[in-house]
Amino acid sequence: MNITLSPQSVRHTDTARVDLLFIAEMVAPGARVLDIGCGDGTLLRILSQQRGVDGRGIELSQAGVNSCVAQGLSVIQGDADTDLVYYPDLAFDYAILSQTIQATYSPRDVLKQLLRIGRRVVVSFPNFGHWRVRTQLLFGGKMPRTDNLPDSWYDTPNIHLCTIKDFVALCRDMGVKIERTVALNAYGSKLGVAMPVFMQNLFGEQAVFLLSR
Amino acid sequence: MSETPAAQTFSHLSVRLAQVANPQSAIVHFGSDAPLPLDCGVALAPFSIAYQTYGSLNADKSNLVLVCHALTGDQHVANIHPVTGKPGWWETMVGPGKPIDTDRYFVLCPNVIGGCMGSTGPSSINPATGHAYGPDFPVITIADMVRAQARLLDHLGIPDVLCVLGGSMGGMQVLEWAATYKDRVFSAVPIACAARHSSQNIAFHEVGRQAVMADPDWCQGRYLEEAKNPRKGLAVARMAAHITYLSDEALHSKFGRNLQDRDKVTFGFDADFQVESYLRHQGLSFVDRFDANSYLYITRAMDYFDLAADHGGVLAKAFAGTRTRFCLVSFTSDWLFPTEESREIVHALNAVAANVSFVEIKTAKGHDAFLLHEPELFDTIGGFLRAGALKRGIAAPPGSKSWP
Repeated sequence: MNITLSPQSVRHTDTARVDLLFIAEMVAPGARVLDIGCGDGTLLRILSQQRGVDGRGIELSQAGVNSCVAQGLSVIQGDADTDLVYYPDLAFDYAILSQTIQATYSPRDVLKQLLRIGRRVVVSFPNFGHWRVRTQLLFGGKMPRTDNLPDSWYDTPNIHLCTIKDFVALCRDMGVKIERTVALNAYGSKLGVAMPVFMQNLFGEQAVFLLSR
Repeated sequence: MSETPAAQTFSHLSVRLAQVANPQSAIVHFGSDAPLPLDCGVALAPFSIAYQTYGSLNADKSNLVLVCHALTGDQHVANIHPVTGKPGWWETMVGPGKPIDTDRYFVLCPNVIGGCMGSTGPSSINPATGHAYGPDFPVITIADMVRAQARLLDHLGIPDVLCVLGGSMGGMQVLEWAATYKDRVFSAVPIACAARHSSQNIAFHEVGRQAVMADPDWCQGRYLEEAKNPRKGLAVARMAAHITYLSDEALHSKFGRNLQDRDKVTFGFDADFQVESYLRHQGLSFVDRFDANSYLYITRAMDYFDLAADHGGVLAKAFAGTRTRFCLVSFTSDWLFPTEESREIVHALNAVAANVSFVEIKTAKGHDAFLLHEPELFDTIGGFLRAGALKRGIAAPPGSKSWP
């Protein structure tokens, strides 16, 4: 692995997108990659600079798209729910959906499309099963708000939050092969691989899954 | 002593016609032995292409940026226009240190076939008669224009283009280039255009053509032989078309219902409103620099453009196997070539897994936004070109701060 950014340095950016490093680690060098919900292009930049990938992006916000293109990244404005249908089967080695699946209308359909257009699929999401989320709801009696889920219930784009256990169940239900799972704790460090799912679900603040058909 | 309007007309016309026969541009003549096969079945020969260049071609000929002009544009992208004396139509975009950086790229813009600034068109002399072609000029298409440009590159010994870009009809040429000469186009930037001319746009063009042809001075297209010029018809065509290049919001904020040099309406048909006066001026200044028959032929070329129809009705097939990097740009207030038209092209490119970027720019300026000061457009084109140039191994200009 040649990712030179430390988890700490990413942790300290505004976006706290430490998951991107672990995603980048899962992508083979030189691959064709589609990053859905690519935001300001951080992951595409990491992937192209450090993994030499042929990267494309889809981003919902026009401002994000315009800034990506001005930086020389190949990005179009589009929506994960509606625009994946335009791509042919197996157009990419990897289809990446980072921190976006919880904001889609039909996560299951989106996942199906991802598995159609990508040989492998990488999905990351905030884990709603994390102990801090559970305790906020249990003892505070209010919708949880954390670093990864900073919005109030009334203005959050996250309409389909799930836990690691939920996601594993969906994959099983869809017959999707889980090749790797990485759960990250609050400090952006990887939890032990040998840790059972219920522990990952309790202590993982976010999760990164590598999937294939 | 001021000139009479008729004398003015004559002097403008002679200045303009001088550009047809003997343009202030580089020009390549293709003789009778090298005809241009046209889509209508005619082989055009001889024919000429006038063009302007900026910057210089590098040793491995990898830095050519081909700019395709729009319907009423010409090759004078970034120099003083020889007829109007005004700056080039894209001088904000093309030049040293500008988004299309002439310190780095070799920029070439040819006048289209059918035009009136030195490339062969209806006001050129028909060698068979010794008079201007007029209505005897064959109907040309966007593909014909592009085929002629490819011939120009062959002649100049340039194998391929780093980037072909253009707005409106220029964007149609870009799409045609990318579809027909896949191996010769490294990257392509179609701006504010469509893969086919819409019914509404054909309708507007027809209004313009009928206005020209209704002018008695059009003389069935033989006005040059009759020493006439259908100024009124062409001016009306331009006025109608000009409205489609703007937006309701742009017109409203620029003119509102303001009156022109008067306090109240005159209960007559003078230009009471500023917007009327503005349109009249647009119409009149246009006829000083453009040929009426060229307007007919070039609008027709746009009407006939339908890239999907040329590929079995499936637009994606036009781009099958492409390795070109695309960047599409549209403008929110453009109702002549609305964003949806660009999005259709994006979807077709997605369907063949092409490398495509797509930027929609928020502006009230309408279709004409691509010609105006639009910082987001500059950033998009500058960034996209730079990324392509770096991928192609074209180094940054010495001392450049804007390059990585």
